Amino acid sequence: MERIPVLLIGKTLLVTMQSDLHDKVALALQEELAERIIKTEAKGVVIDISALEIVDSFIGRLLANTAEISSLLGARTVVVGMQPAIAITLVELGLGLQGIQTALDVDRGIALLAKGNEQGWGHGRSKLDDLDAIRRFK
Amino acid sequence: MKTEALAIAADSDVVLVRKAVRLAAIEVRLSLVDQTKLVTAASEIARNTFVYGGGGTCTVEVVTDGGRVGVRLTFEDQGPGISDIALALTEGYTSGGGLGLGLCGAKRLVHEFQIESDPGQGTRIVLVRWK
Repeated sequence: MERIPVLLIGKTLLVTMQSDLHDKVALALQEELAERIIKTEAKGVVIDISALEIVDSFIGRLLANTAEISSLLGARTVVVGMQPAIAITLVELGLGLQGIQTALDVDRGIALLAKGNEQGWGHGRSKLDDLDAIRRFK
Repeated sequence: MKTEALAIAADSDVVLVRKAVRLAAIEVRLSLVDQTKLVTAASEIARNTFVYGGGGTCTVEVVTDGGRVGVRLTFEDQGPGISDIALALTEGYTSGGGLGLGLCGAKRLVHEFQIESDPGQGTRIVLVRWK
């Protein structure tokens, strides 16, 4: 079975979702990620979904569960790279994914994790990210 | 009118359904947001067809009505059927440990949504999104 690559960068695990994501592959990721967090003592997880063409309720739930599992294992999760059309569709689907930290891209996601480690976790997107998102959307 | 019937017999077929629906949505020139809504709705229902219906088919059609054009998706399975359709369409209701957003969420993402099902008779769901 194909697998989703998980890379360790410093103390952060970077997961890049592939475009044609099968449910089974996505489910396998949850377990592998949990094991990798323990093995690598990672403090953060960045999940890049920029290649995903959609996020439906299954993948949405998977992202939320993965963030929760990581948190129980002492790692914070940031989901990055969501396409605007996906954000609009998710809200209409009734899946706001509150509880999931997001950032526009991998760099900002890693920066958000670093900032969270300095200041204590709490904030999601920064104001700067929100402004960028609005500009990008126009 | 173009017709394409796809088998949904494995979870990888859900990915193939999404691809076919995306192509049809592009063919009728739906906007990127509308393409995403339709493909997301298709993904929800295709997964239901596979997981709850025990597999089935999806027919993807480009349809016209007067001056407008759209994509119609027909999902059919011979599974156990749905005994209470109104309950199944209730937000948050789930029979299988999901979020309960599949059916009602998909309904919100399209313009037309029909569901026919009886216990033991399988399920037929038709979705249309107009341009």
